[in-house]
Amino acid sequence: MKHPDFDVVVVGGGHAGCEAAHAAARMGAKVALVTLRKSDPGVMSCNPAIGGLGKGHLVREIDALDGIMGRCGDAAGIQFRLLNRRKGPAVQGPRVQADRAAYRSAVSAEMAKMSALTIIEGHVTDLLVSHGSVSGIILEDGAAVAGTSVILTTGTFLGGTIHIGDQSYPGGRLGSDGSIALAERLRGMDLRIGRLKTGTPPRLSAKSIDWAGLDAQPGDTDPVMLSFASKSPVLRQVDCAITHTNSETHDVIRANLDRSAMYGGHIDGVGPRYCPSIEDKVTRFAEKDSHQIFLEPEGLNTDWIYPNGISTSLPEDVQLRYVRSIRGLEAAEILQPGYAIEYDFIDPRCLSADLSLPDLPGLFLAGQINGTTGYEEAAAQGLVAGLNAARRCVDGDPVHFSRMTSYIGVMIDDLTTRGVTEPYRMFTSRAEYRLSLRADNADARLTSWGYEVGCVGEERAEQYQRKAEAVEGCTSAMKTVDVLPSDLAMHGVKVSETAKRRSLFDVLSSGQVDVDTAAALSPQVAEWPEEIQRQVHRNALYHTYEERQARDAMALERDEKVAIPSDLSFDGVSGLSTEVKDKLRLVKPQSVGQARRMEGMTPAALLTVLSEVRRHGRRKA
Amino acid sequence: MADTIFALATAPGKAGVAVVRISGPNAKAVLGTLGVGNVPDRQASLRVLRGHDGCILDEAVVLCFSDGRSFTGEDVVELQLHGSVAVVRATLDHLSETGLARLAEPGEFTRRALMNDRLDLTQVQGLADVIDAETEQQRRAAVAVMGGAFGEQVSAWRAKLVRAMALLSATIDFADEEVPVDVWPEVREILSGLLRSLRSEVDGAGYAKSLRQGFEVALVGRPNVGKSSLLNYISRDEVAIVSDIPGTTRDVLEKPLDLNGLKVMFLDMAGVRVTTDTVEEIGVDRARQRANAADLRLFLRDSDADEDFGVDHKPDDLTVRTKADINADGDISVVSGEGVSDLLVSISDILSKRVEKASYVTRDRDVRRLTAAVEILDGIELSGHDMPDEIVVEGLRAASSELGHVVGDIGIEDVLDDVFKSFCLGK
Ligand SMILES: Cc1cc2nc3c(=O)[nH]c(=O)nc-3n(C[C@H](O)[C@H](O)[C@H](O)COP(=O)(O)OP(=O)(O)OC[C@H]3O[C@@H](n4cnc5c(N)ncnc54)[C@H](O)[C@@H]3O)c2cc1C
Repeated sequence: MKHPDFDVVVVGGGHAGCEAAHAAARMGAKVALVTLRKSDPGVMSCNPAIGGLGKGHLVREIDALDGIMGRCGDAAGIQFRLLNRRKGPAVQGPRVQADRAAYRSAVSAEMAKMSALTIIEGHVTDLLVSHGSVSGIILEDGAAVAGTSVILTTGTFLGGTIHIGDQSYPGGRLGSDGSIALAERLRGMDLRIGRLKTGTPPRLSAKSIDWAGLDAQPGDTDPVMLSFASKSPVLRQVDCAITHTNSETHDVIRANLDRSAMYGGHIDGVGPRYCPSIEDKVTRFAEKDSHQIFLEPEGLNTDWIYPNGISTSLPEDVQLRYVRSIRGLEAAEILQPGYAIEYDFIDPRCLSADLSLPDLPGLFLAGQINGTTGYEEAAAQGLVAGLNAARRCVDGDPVHFSRMTSYIGVMIDDLTTRGVTEPYRMFTSRAEYRLSLRADNADARLTSWGYEVGCVGEERAEQYQRKAEAVEGCTSAMKTVDVLPSDLAMHGVKVSETAKRRSLFDVLSSGQVDVDTAAALSPQVAEWPEEIQRQVHRNALYHTYEERQARDAMALERDEKVAIPSDLSFDGVSGLSTEVKDKLRLVKPQSVGQARRMEGMTPAALLTVLSEVRRHGRRKA
Repeated sequence: MADTIFALATAPGKAGVAVVRISGPNAKAVLGTLGVGNVPDRQASLRVLRGHDGCILDEAVVLCFSDGRSFTGEDVVELQLHGSVAVVRATLDHLSETGLARLAEPGEFTRRALMNDRLDLTQVQGLADVIDAETEQQRRAAVAVMGGAFGEQVSAWRAKLVRAMALLSATIDFADEEVPVDVWPEVREILSGLLRSLRSEVDGAGYAKSLRQGFEVALVGRPNVGKSSLLNYISRDEVAIVSDIPGTTRDVLEKPLDLNGLKVMFLDMAGVRVTTDTVEEIGVDRARQRANAADLRLFLRDSDADEDFGVDHKPDDLTVRTKADINADGDISVVSGEGVSDLLVSISDILSKRVEKASYVTRDRDVRRLTAAVEILDGIELSGHDMPDEIVVEGLRAASSELGHVVGDIGIEDVLDDVFKSFCLGK
């Protein structure tokens, strides 16, 4: 048998692929990243922005595990905004507007730093399979790259078709070929494959825009970084601008709907409801006569502007007409037309929680190929697949992300258990334990654990350790300092006559005072760095609710602990509908808890599953 | 691998008709072994049933229900036999001997209905209550629950919670987009409506429970005031010992009666009185507590110098003077029967009014869940809605999960569906 060239072979140099390759390399694996062009790493196909609500949480978790997306985003950030500033920290998400070119070079630099990581330029057309397991990949020119684990992260390229108006042609994104041979290879396997679509707006020339009359949208004055390790922005900061569509814009669009790829019946794939094209917005919400558009610079040294809010698949001439009907864009030049792309995805319910395909050992899938959309979702899956692909090479147990401790866990569980009906994007509402899964405490949730897993470096681990000790010290100071109602009254806090003395921590968790007041009330607290005080404040705010959530989680945890043996088949079980049986066969839930979350699972069916598991146990005993 | 089960569905013993129910994949094959061929679905057919040796077991009404359209969700055959013990015995023996079916365990038919999604949890409870119903009012309440009315009610509440969560989630997850500026007016309206109807459900739970288990009416009064005689008179059954020696009915005596379709449990209290005997003291104390907890109290008196022995008077409670045959100002007499039926009408009127307010929920477990939901929502309401949105949503999640325990579950997709239906989101 030929000795494998690599431990892990990653196919695709997008966000999933880069994070996967880097994670596997951090775990000590010898990694090949095979991608169409050497320049692929760090390319953003759509919006040049990273983070946001839910997405920002994912980036922080990737960062807490020493992944690259957060620090590259910070290095390339030209505008930082913490979304939901006026709401509580649990639902605040950091977002950065990135300079495309700077992001690409930051990612390339990160990849280059890993000596165990080799980037190979090539078009993967087939998988090498031996003895029922994947053992590498084959390139278009016939060359083979052998590896113990293979991760596919082909994004929108798999069977990709680009649509502009009534024209369509194969492609992975504008200017790149699609991945047709590999798509055919996968279609030949016994997998459930579906089709999804997404779109992107035309890019405009900054020079051609009349900025004078438009409202500017500046970044935050105290920028919040994506990475726990970053201190402050590196690049010059810029403003975005805001404009709006109007009834004339809508008239142009309505009059040409039959020429849109999406509306002219050229696309069968399902698109995301939360990223509607402008055609969609105008049709579905006909009563609105104006929609907001953000004009976002794609970098510091480029003329390109990304008009966020008008993605489209109308023909180019219509795009130009509707763009020019908008205020400030009357003389706009289009540098690249908007388009829609339709591509294959694999039903993620075929996957195990480590993102491997149980039917073909050694093969992992991550990113848009699993039905998600977005850089952050792709990168987070890349991380999971990278860790597990590396683990597999040393016969280690899979690394499991629980939905009770991370958004990554929420996403993996949603994908593998419930599947997708439209491109899956992260929202904070998807996390039922949202108050405990915050962007600000991702390090506390994951960094030590990641260090044990092996993907967090010494430097990062130590940095976190120092912070954790400080947070603990400051917390116990706040818990030991008692505050009298009269002290509070002095700081302008309304206290009832019957109020008793309470610890400063309790006062903070009641939300009655802010950190500054807390520091003013106690010199022991004031000693700690302000950022540490703020962290303790954020922890205190949700303290009581986290306890209730923990109790609820415990009740569910019991279900999670009832394992469903892999040799247990539900096919012959009465009392389960054919539909539920089909889903059980596809999802192969590993626990009763996971089965509970399957779509279409009724309490009654779950009861049956549970009693089968019990009966199976008795038969074995 | 579902096996086929059978059981006598009516009460055992001599009766007009005895129904034997068979459910499972072999149900129709079993019918074949009785010498009965094709029977049209869901139509009563009169057929002769024969045993293995060809001898006639009975002439019976046979009903077939195909799977998916039957109570259990499986193929079901019902045999309506003549209600003779011997016929039933012979038929059941025959069924066991076919080897195609086995005797069902208690509750197994219902369990199959539940598993096959023919009934939800609340409907199963309603069904149990329909079967247990002893009076018309009980039957009506239980039928409503079995018909899914309670399940629907809970779903409607949850839909409201989902809506409120969707509104708030839209402002949380799409902060940067054009969501309605202030969703709070609608959220506030939803919450206050929800609280109102949840509260009345919880308040009515006590009545519902009384309806299911029987309303308790305590007879309170001095020894020999005529409690036991009254009870005997209305039940026309010598249950309580009647004697002239005080303290004969030491323990609380219960007498269930059907009063105008209501199940009413009359309680004859131990002669509640002041005593120095410590043993007796315990009995008196227990009786007092029981009387205070009853749905209604009937204070019996035969003189003006009456005491109530620490039993509270509550709204609706009745006071009656006994021994109208010897006391000129008496209201009732168990000797002449004077006033007794009027008294019973008054009692049943009072209780019927409460039945109108009775909610669907009867199980303590469910009441606890609803109460917990009320407390959570109350907390939000009390805070004057100035809790941060994410904490309000957490409260809604917790409340919905409490309600979910009563019927089923909730998914975030429900919330997102609502979000996308209502708002134009996305850039
Ligand atoms: C038109 C368009 C619109 C989009 N709109 C949105 C949006 O509105 N919102 C949003 O969140 N996201 C959007 N995105 C999606 C976002 O770009 C992706 O979610 C994200 O980039 C997916 O990351 P990935 O790593 O899975 O794949 P990609 O970033 O697509 O990377 C795939 C990589 O695989 C390589 N590759 C593919 N096939 C092969 C092969 N056979 N051999 C070798 N290499 C191969 C490619 O060269 C590429 O580098 C859009 C993308 C496109 C193209």
